[in-house]
Amino acid sequence: MNLTLKIWRQKNAQSKGKMVDYKVTEISEHMSFLEMMDVLNEQLVNSGEEPIAFDHDCREGICGMCSMYINGEAHGPDRGITTCQLHMRMFKDGDTITIEPFRAKAFPVIKDLVVDRTSFERIQQAGGYISVNTSGNTQDANAIPISKHAADEAMDAATCIGCGACVATCKNSSAMLFVGAKISQYALLPQGQVEAVDRVNNMVAQMDLEGFGNCTNIGACEVECPKGISLENIARMNREFLKANVKG
Amino acid sequence: MSGFFKSSIGRKFTMALSAFFLMFFLLQHFAINFLSVLNPDAFNEVSHFMGTNPLIQYVLQPVLLFGVVYHFVMGFILEIKNRSSRVVKYAKNNGSANSTWMSRNMIYSGLFILIFLVIHFIDFWIPELNTKYVQGDMSGLLADGEGYRYYEELQHKFLPPWRIALYCLGFIFLALHLLHGFNSAFQSVGANNKYTKGLKGFGKAYAILVPLGFIVIALFHHFNH
Repeated sequence: MNLTLKIWRQKNAQSKGKMVDYKVTEISEHMSFLEMMDVLNEQLVNSGEEPIAFDHDCREGICGMCSMYINGEAHGPDRGITTCQLHMRMFKDGDTITIEPFRAKAFPVIKDLVVDRTSFERIQQAGGYISVNTSGNTQDANAIPISKHAADEAMDAATCIGCGACVATCKNSSAMLFVGAKISQYALLPQGQVEAVDRVNNMVAQMDLEGFGNCTNIGACEVECPKGISLENIARMNREFLKANVKG
Repeated sequence: MSGFFKSSIGRKFTMALSAFFLMFFLLQHFAINFLSVLNPDAFNEVSHFMGTNPLIQYVLQPVLLFGVVYHFVMGFILEIKNRSSRVVKYAKNNGSANSTWMSRNMIYSGLFILIFLVIHFIDFWIPELNTKYVQGDMSGLLADGEGYRYYEELQHKFLPPWRIALYCLGFIFLALHLLHGFNSAFQSVGANNKYTKGLKGFGKAYAILVPLGFIVIALFHHFNH
């Protein structure tokens, strides 16, 4: 298929970007979206132009690096996928595809389609962990009784890959689905109880400090999340935060 | 707790609490208005009680006013904060692919409700305050002293077609606001789990039936006078 691509080009974090049109031809419907981008970049390199910078690593839907906003949706017009799992069969010959970086004040553009998502790492560092004695006396986690229901829900929350599609999709650039998932995965397990109050207080404080917006419960993040993280995690975070503040 | 009220989650929590209060108020307002269709005498009695009872007038009325003002002011504060969280807008954004129009446009439905409320206050509330607290007439009686004035005033207000049209439009925007707002308030206070699934259907029914009820009452008085 032959396609017209409208792609955001930005030299560096300081420069002002703009949309630039490109043409690609003979794209196979079996290609992944990133493979199509590879074809375009090869074309650009051969013609002596600067290739388009975009993030990618595993190309199997796990790393969450491929932060592209395609035709107005994070990771494009398919559900439960990252950009590397988006196939060109989702498009038609002659289509014009708009490709932009994830946009949020807390995700500044580094170059072209590459954004800085270290704000997520700082939120994790603020409390997204448990403290475990590793001096040789570590208790076997399998020895702690956990209900199947709680283990399943914690696992569902832990599947969040921190790609940032929730922030990119949210009309308010809210990070609450990400933070809700990271808080939930510990809140549901006994190992997470000891530091529960500090965790939720510190992670929410860091989230607010990074400049993310407020959740208005529109649910777009849940729809666009490649791992199907549920809005229930945001509700759980709200409960945990209220509980932590009532306790003091 | 002071940090709680300054945080993003705390602010949403207080927005939800004010929403719960306003939704409860709306329901009792509807119940009283509905009485005007069923039994004008009962409507007069209840209106007089609501308009003269000290607890309602001096405690609940100021709480209601605070709730209304807080919900609007905090709504605008959050909207400004949310808009500033994305400096460069998307060239193409397909919001309808993943969310409802109502949920994305709460600020606009809210703004229209605010305009409607201002007109509603000028129309109903301020004349009521003038009669009771400026002119000092707490009797609730008609000028000739023959019975209560409330039912007659209500019928008189619903005569002009422009007011009916504005009234209907105001409640259509309220329905749109509630279609997202009702369940959103529960999510904001952390109530979203297997026990609250049934609330979603109830929320939709409330959002449609209560505003529709207000519209039907207004039309009833317009065409039956």
